[in-house]
Amino acid sequence: MMEKMIVGRYLPADSVVHKMDPRAKLLFIFGFVIIVFLANNAVTYAVLGAITCLIVLLSRVKLRFLINGLKPVLILILFTFFLHVFFTKEGDILAQIGFLTIYKGGVIKGVLISIRFLLLIFVTSLLTLTTPPISVTDGIESLFGPLKKLKLPVHELALMMSISLRFIPTLLDETDKIMKAQMARGADFSSGSIPERVKAVIPLLIPLFVSAFKRAEELAVAMEARGYKGSEGRTKYRILQWSTRDTIAMFLLVALCAALFMLRS
Amino acid sequence: MKEKVISIKGVSFQYPDQEAFALRNVSFDVYKGEWLAIVGHNGSGKSTLAKMLNGLHYPSEGTVSIGGYALIEENVWLIREKLGMVFQNPDNQFVGTTVQDDVAFGLENNGVEHSAMQERVFASLEKVGMTAFLNQEPHHLSGGQKQRVAIAGVIALRPDIVLLDEATSMLDPLGREEVINTVRELNENEGLTVISITHDLEEASRADRVIVLNEGMLYTEGTPERIFQLDRELLNLGLGVPFAVQMSQLLTDAGLQLSRRHFNEEELVKDLWTLNFEK
Ligand SMILES: Nc1ncnc2c1ncn2[C@@H]1O[C@H](COP(=O)(O)OP(=O)(O)OP(=O)(O)O)[C@@H](O)[C@H]1O
Ligand SMILES: [Mg+2]
Repeated sequence: MMEKMIVGRYLPADSVVHKMDPRAKLLFIFGFVIIVFLANNAVTYAVLGAITCLIVLLSRVKLRFLINGLKPVLILILFTFFLHVFFTKEGDILAQIGFLTIYKGGVIKGVLISIRFLLLIFVTSLLTLTTPPISVTDGIESLFGPLKKLKLPVHELALMMSISLRFIPTLLDETDKIMKAQMARGADFSSGSIPERVKAVIPLLIPLFVSAFKRAEELAVAMEARGYKGSEGRTKYRILQWSTRDTIAMFLLVALCAALFMLRS
Repeated sequence: MKEKVISIKGVSFQYPDQEAFALRNVSFDVYKGEWLAIVGHNGSGKSTLAKMLNGLHYPSEGTVSIGGYALIEENVWLIREKLGMVFQNPDNQFVGTTVQDDVAFGLENNGVEHSAMQERVFASLEKVGMTAFLNQEPHHLSGGQKQRVAIAGVIALRPDIVLLDEATSMLDPLGREEVINTVRELNENEGLTVISITHDLEEASRADRVIVLNEGMLYTEGTPERIFQLDRELLNLGLGVPFAVQMSQLLTDAGLQLSRRHFNEEELVKDLWTLNFEK
């Protein structure tokens, strides 16, 4: 179940968005996140909303999966919404409940901020839903490539990321096994006070850490035996391919940015 | 005279801050195209020897030469191209996020051109019968399948020698069979030299030649038939003779005319139930 949350998020399909270069997707999202903050009236939000709908349609991802991605942050959205509703003192008074006064300006602001959140989450979840984790890593490595000149270990960081991705399911399996082993010895992970529960986790964490270190050591030996000697002289199996549709996406981003500058008030 | 691919002369090795020697005055040769099994009790120095052959340790005394290169620091990357290694734990040697990425890992390390890589990845997976799993993630594979991918990763580099350090010991009988058969095919069809380190005398019985290590020393060497005749001596060294071998010995002693000494149960059973057919 946990596995699904973290790595199983990628949904293979054959859409334009799936086929895009991960670099283009990363750049587009980076741009979009900034542009979203330019929106400040109904027209600009409508434009952004329309673009988001268009991308969702193009990606052929079912709405259900996007809504699922929303669940963990729903509380945050509601919280900010009510914060704005209760504490913004602008415009006409709509209602008065006890000591709380609700203003029209507050409701509008709350709704707009929530929409902003929704747009951001939809677009970023689309990245993980349409791109295999390894491609995201490749994209990041390639985009940050120029930083190698500043002695930043870009290749090593990307390799670390991809190895972590590869070991997440392995370690989750192992956690499960150790948990069952400790439960068989009478450990109780699901009841008791908070300090008691924290204490119960220790016999879970220690064996997990010991085994993770052992794995790391063996993996390092195996990598060396297979000729790994750092990024120098290394070629790549996966090659990123920038195509016309990626360039189009970039143009779309620039056009969107220009449109928002013109339409915002 | 067969061509030597590895020659080990008077090698001793001591781990830093350790009193006892892990290897003591070991000498032997490995010939091109043979399947050599190395057996020995826990802590007899098998893994130490394996790591040395891959340049992960250097001998404290004596010399090692692999594929014509002396084992010294300057040659270590050349040696690693000649000799590939498969380790015991299937999980802890799987680097890539998918099967094809993992097979490509060694090729990437050695700077193989992108245009040649794909073909070599496919060809190696073909040889171990794993082409259907190209995009599979490691946690969806069985132990035996992971080890076959590891073997594919090694042979993609076109080594002369493959060294398996207890590569089957964490597998179930089916997975073990799978891996051993894969190695056997590579040994017979591709002329790959195989060194397999194992606890399992039944696995050793498939080899052309067996070397027995005991407390860091070379105890004896010979064909599996000869080694299994040592029987009680092997037990004293902490190595059990496979059940089928013991059984056929006992049956022969009891006066049964078996066609030969059997190394695995299946052969023995077959021999037993066909024993009286001719009469
Ligand atoms: N990293 C190390 N540091 C110090 N001593 C070690 C190290 N690895 C192994 N040894 C010691 O060297 C000796 C040989 O160990 P080695 O791992 O080669 O045995 P092995 O034959 O592979 O055993 P097993 O069948 O358990 O794998 C043992 O006595 C062991 O304690
Ligand atoms: Mg060992």
